[in-house]
Amino acid sequence: VKPFSYMRAQDLGGAVAALAEAPNAAFLAGGTNLVDLMKLGVMEPEVLVDVRRLTSDSIEELPDGGVRIGASVTNSDLAADRTIRSRYPALSQALLAGASGQLRNLATTGGNLLQRTRCVYFYDTTTPCNKREPGSGCSAIEGHNKNHAILGASEHCVATHPSDMAVAMAALDAFVNVHGPDGERRVPIEELHRLPGDEPQRDTTLEHGELITAVDLPPLDFASNSKYRKVRERASYAFALVSVAAALAVQDGVVRDVRLALGEVAQKPWRATKAEEALRGEPANEANFRAAADIELEDADPLRDNAFKVPLARNVITRTLLELSEEQ
Amino acid sequence: MSTTTRAPGTAIGAPLDRIDGPQKVTGNARYAYEHHVEYPLYLFPVQSDIARGRVARMDASAAEALAGVIIVITHENAPRLTDTSDKELAILQSDEVAFRGQYIGAVVAETFEVARHAANLVEVSYAEEPHDATLRPDSDDLYTPNQLNAGLQTDTEEGDVDGALSSAAVKLDETYTTPMEHNNPMEPHTTIAVWEGGDLTLYDSTQGVHTVRRAVARIFGLDRNRVRVVAPHVGGGFGSKGLPHTNTILAALAAQMIEGRPVKFALTRQQMFSGVGYRTPTIQRIRLGADEDGHLTAISHDVIEQSAKIKEFAEQTAYATRTMYATESRRTTHRLAALDVPVPSWMRAPGEAPGMYALEAAMDEMAVRCNLDPIEFRIRNEPEVDAETGLPYSSRNLVACLRDGAERFGWEGRDPAPRARMEGRWLVGTGVAASMYPVFMMPGTKVRIRFECEGRYAVEVGAVDIGTGTWTALTQIAADALDVDIESIDLRIGDTNLPPASVAGGSSGITVWGSTIFEAARVFRERHGQSPSEGDTVEAGTPANPETENYSMHAFGAYFVEARVNEDTGEVRIPRMTGVFAVGRVINAKTARSQFIGGMTMGLSMALHEESLVDERFGHVINHDFAEYHIPTNADVGEIDVAWIDEKDPHVNPMGSKGIGEIGIVGSPAAVANAVYHATDVRVRDLPITPDKLVR
Repeated sequence: VKPFSYMRAQDLGGAVAALAEAPNAAFLAGGTNLVDLMKLGVMEPEVLVDVRRLTSDSIEELPDGGVRIGASVTNSDLAADRTIRSRYPALSQALLAGASGQLRNLATTGGNLLQRTRCVYFYDTTTPCNKREPGSGCSAIEGHNKNHAILGASEHCVATHPSDMAVAMAALDAFVNVHGPDGERRVPIEELHRLPGDEPQRDTTLEHGELITAVDLPPLDFASNSKYRKVRERASYAFALVSVAAALAVQDGVVRDVRLALGEVAQKPWRATKAEEALRGEPANEANFRAAADIELEDADPLRDNAFKVPLARNVITRTLLELSEEQ
Repeated sequence: MSTTTRAPGTAIGAPLDRIDGPQKVTGNARYAYEHHVEYPLYLFPVQSDIARGRVARMDASAAEALAGVIIVITHENAPRLTDTSDKELAILQSDEVAFRGQYIGAVVAETFEVARHAANLVEVSYAEEPHDATLRPDSDDLYTPNQLNAGLQTDTEEGDVDGALSSAAVKLDETYTTPMEHNNPMEPHTTIAVWEGGDLTLYDSTQGVHTVRRAVARIFGLDRNRVRVVAPHVGGGFGSKGLPHTNTILAALAAQMIEGRPVKFALTRQQMFSGVGYRTPTIQRIRLGADEDGHLTAISHDVIEQSAKIKEFAEQTAYATRTMYATESRRTTHRLAALDVPVPSWMRAPGEAPGMYALEAAMDEMAVRCNLDPIEFRIRNEPEVDAETGLPYSSRNLVACLRDGAERFGWEGRDPAPRARMEGRWLVGTGVAASMYPVFMMPGTKVRIRFECEGRYAVEVGAVDIGTGTWTALTQIAADALDVDIESIDLRIGDTNLPPASVAGGSSGITVWGSTIFEAARVFRERHGQSPSEGDTVEAGTPANPETENYSMHAFGAYFVEARVNEDTGEVRIPRMTGVFAVGRVINAKTARSQFIGGMTMGLSMALHEESLVDERFGHVINHDFAEYHIPTNADVGEIDVAWIDEKDPHVNPMGSKGIGEIGIVGSPAAVANAVYHATDVRVRDLPITPDKLVR
């Protein structure tokens, strides 16, 4: 580990100011990803500003019927929350599908959103990686890329975002509350993570010094009929090959409304808006679910090792929607 | 509790709790890194970033300037080693780089963190040369090694294989591959090296203290008596700790340069993926011929596998095929690709595990082609004698294992049609496979028995318990050999100050050490009778077993697996496995069961999870951590039913035991693969069987 200094800010303003003063500083929350990356020399912040106690660790009901999740709420607490489990089951399931019990006890809501990709080349400082070292080249495009993106990648980076939680939040139209040098702002989760483009080093649209303080889940009457399905190479404690978060409202056999997001197919949780549009107002049946999945995956551009993700994603979308339509 | 006092003569076979258990669960059992030494220093290696070439320049100035750094070691300032004939172990003797990840230097510092940071600050420039780190079946520089590991023949041929293959009524010609895999015991390779006045003490995580002593004494030009190696407890050793590797040499070399300060060196998990051995990848072509009745007329098993340019390693992958089944004609061959890679080494059942995967998967395919139940097909091809040696088996109870296992598992009435059962979205299938593992004998063990105060017997041998239960099993053997209760035995192992012992490898530990304990006990009673005096001592070596010239000695096993494969996703789940073994007499029913469960689980892991991915452009394993290199979690392992048949083999050794450390893994991968086929009607011949290979 490159030596660094550690500080605990007194309040949000102090934390944001501390980062503003140090261009190579980072916020520390649960540390479950950042500390690993520091040990490996992938990230080498000079200053760590501990924000664990600065943001809320509680889950509150909002006047509009939604829910506000403090950024310091642990993944374990969020997954176990009664309101989340009954009104947003996909979110609870996604959290429980991620990491291990020990990690979920430490990892926070804000930190989970900001975890870095699991691309093996990003983790290995002896290989080129544009995300780690812009301009050095992407080792994954011509290398082992079974776990990499099939959607929204660029010639500079084909990494995926590893979070399960964020995929469910993307399907649930969450908003991310941010405190920064210029005050507060509210970012739709769809706009929090970004595609690599020609700046693969930037995972999100947050500016240096901006701190996530909470995540809001808007009220969604059919979110109680939602689920998260994660496909991985072993039964537990592995990152997804493909995951699906979906919520479905069926009325008289017709899709009244639907939310659908995919995980581990792109550098951001992939909101499947094309599939959603294709399904609204259509009969809720397997053929239509499959057709909608195909529409969403039309743009897929697989690499050497990950063509399987296309049929896999199609199958999991179809099956998840079918189960939701049957269980409703 | 099963530690209650037993009558003398009944210790062997009892399901005794581990006598080292309380020490381990209370944290008092010392592993290599935990031995108390005064003012230790910490070593972190500098590893090459190229796969072949030369180190042009190493600039250590930034590292040396760091507070807490004691020394930066490179090939330029490292002491010359006396014996550099083993190119793998002769580290830091030249600027040559033979594989990526090779130790080209080291930093020794006051803390681990400073050493690690400083190692990152060492700037290295190279004169890089083109490398080849990829095993390919069509490579034009494959070669035939003079012999395989353990001195086995490279190729064998009996009968007219080509004629039998072309005229066979039923034929099979398929290629199976197994990937590179890395040993990952819970305790990584670890050493503390202490030099004091020309004497070297190593606290080492090893499977053989005397093996390490021999190598280190030779390499450093020391009299063996000046090297002491200590390993009372080892946190797992699946072969990678069986032969000395460069990490131990590096620690000793560093400590030599800093006289008076012990040096600690524990590998990180990532470092486990370079330099401490791995299972070679294999490409295995199997051709089978059979007559209309399902009798094999030809077996051909041709293996292509990997070795390292720096040192040859020739795995005996087709060895089991030479004896497993009866056939009129048989051929086995091994070809090696010598690559710019770390040296492959032992990994649980080297040879048998990958070789029997291919053979047993092929046998399953052939049973289908012969329209026979796979158990019946194997029984029809059961040999009467060992085809390789022509000797009868001291005991061969494969058929009993298959039949017992079939009953335990509920095999009878199985519909052979693949893809015929579905529960929800899960296709369900069952599979079977067989295994064998030879009874190895190794030279060089002595046991000392001394009668001490209060009627206690000290039993001393430099054996190592690598987590398998050796502390307990040898105590049981000693109690029965001396015909006393186990509480009267003080076993002492894991130290070169004790009489020499062979390595804990090849499933041979109990056979060798146990036989020698019996011999020492016999001599002790002969000389000192039933009422010895305090201080009466004998030392005895391993007696020759003349029966090895009369009998072929092998353990056998049968595996039954239920696989469930998700129709949408290709996910594979294994809710239950049954393993039945014919391994002679079981010394400790409790630790033996753990060994079998562990072996079968490691086989499941080989079938479904493990794969080291080499990036051919860089020449190293890039999925070098547990996030990306998968082994099963508890959720992946269902019910494992283990049993053994009551096998009495008077020929193998005085205990009647055959060794159980490795056979558990051998047939397990094929049984899983065969069950996946039965569930899906898809033959995945390239391990591991991951969802991408099944999803449609």
